[in-house]
Amino acid sequence: MAITETDAVIIGAGPCGLFAVFELGMLNAQCHLIDILDKPGGQCAELYPDKPIYDIPAIPSLTGKELTDNLLEQTAPFNPVFHLNTRADALEAMDDGRWKLTTSTGDEFITRAVVIAAGGGSFNPRKLPLAEAGRYVDGKGLSYAVRDAQAFSGKRVVIAGGGDSAVDWAVALTGRAAHVTLVHRRSEFRAAPATLAKLQSLMEAGQIDVQVGTILALHGEDHLQSVELNTPAGAIQLPCDELLAFYGLVASLEEVSSFGLTMRNGRVAVDTSNFETSLPGVYAIGDITDYPGKLKLILSGFHEAALMAHHAIQRIHPQARNTFQHSTTAMQLRLGKEKTTC
Amino acid sequence: MLITVVDQQGQAHQVETQDGTASNLMELIADANINIRAECAGGCVCATCHVYIEESALPLLPPPAEDEECTLDLAYHVRANSRLACQIPVTNLPAGINVVIAPDWQ
Repeated sequence: MAITETDAVIIGAGPCGLFAVFELGMLNAQCHLIDILDKPGGQCAELYPDKPIYDIPAIPSLTGKELTDNLLEQTAPFNPVFHLNTRADALEAMDDGRWKLTTSTGDEFITRAVVIAAGGGSFNPRKLPLAEAGRYVDGKGLSYAVRDAQAFSGKRVVIAGGGDSAVDWAVALTGRAAHVTLVHRRSEFRAAPATLAKLQSLMEAGQIDVQVGTILALHGEDHLQSVELNTPAGAIQLPCDELLAFYGLVASLEEVSSFGLTMRNGRVAVDTSNFETSLPGVYAIGDITDYPGKLKLILSGFHEAALMAHHAIQRIHPQARNTFQHSTTAMQLRLGKEKTTC
Repeated sequence: MLITVVDQQGQAHQVETQDGTASNLMELIADANINIRAECAGGCVCATCHVYIEESALPLLPPPAEDEECTLDLAYHVRANSRLACQIPVTNLPAGINVVIAPDWQ
């Protein structure tokens, strides 16, 4: 429940949020970043870390992970503070013109500039689309993430999904759980080669069962007792104490929508001369914005970050002279490098 | 050339495949103002343009790449005739086929 006073708070540590750190940092503003994911990079790190991106100016091709790593290196001199696994929940105007942002961890940030760089919204696990699923969450047998691996000790665990999370946890919980069954719609899995090899050896040793199929229904009175599957051989019932469902993440604009901002086509409306929203001192950049001619490109988000920073700095440091500096000079000073001679 | 697209409310729409500028089935559906979420806008990373293709037309389409299969793993109501609409080029659409948009889910 910490209270932090800072120059700017950036919601979303994707490419636009990270570049906002650079632009604000060049103008001597200190930034804190809040992101619901467990790592910086946003969609680039979560959805397509290994996929190539071809439309970053002067970089013919790089992957989502490389883009993130490069941005982290580029912003490191400005010492951004990351608050990961954290959701921005509420925004409240203070009497002195500043904003108070409250997060899912109960922490509060007091700031003159809030920058919403939340892309498609906050990422949450996709829920099982079964009417009865809601009855089994909160400790009654159905989870979408592992908070405490101890909770699975001695349990009959069914893990649904075919990606990294499903395979990683199937391997990790083997030995701890009484039994692990991995349920997937096909027999191919996508995970790191070493993990896939481990899965294969655990399957051959009979320590993990892999069942091709999809979940049809959940059964149990007060707590999950079995999972009904549709398999190539017909419907079957699997006894189950704990079901872990990993169907990836879905973006939600629920929290941002609650901030009281004027929206446009379901996105945040902004003034394109400075990327301020309908609330003074609250800015929005990147995919979360909508304005005439908007393009959802990373390079557009970078441009939006620059215009935002030059306006926001007048709120953050009203007395300071907002001089435009070429990065060549400013970064040499910051990085302590020798000035190049011409 | 017309195809039939059944929306998430079960209503069938006749969609002309040749007139517009859509390059893939997802864009074609969206351009016809039929609701399809397509969150990643064709990047093959979100599985929210999940559709069912009429069984008899499946062999006429280019088979799904591994990338598409991996993204389909994120969808729930996946069947043997599931495809991601963003991965099916308009030029490959057989005339008269029936496409059903899979149920949306969070």
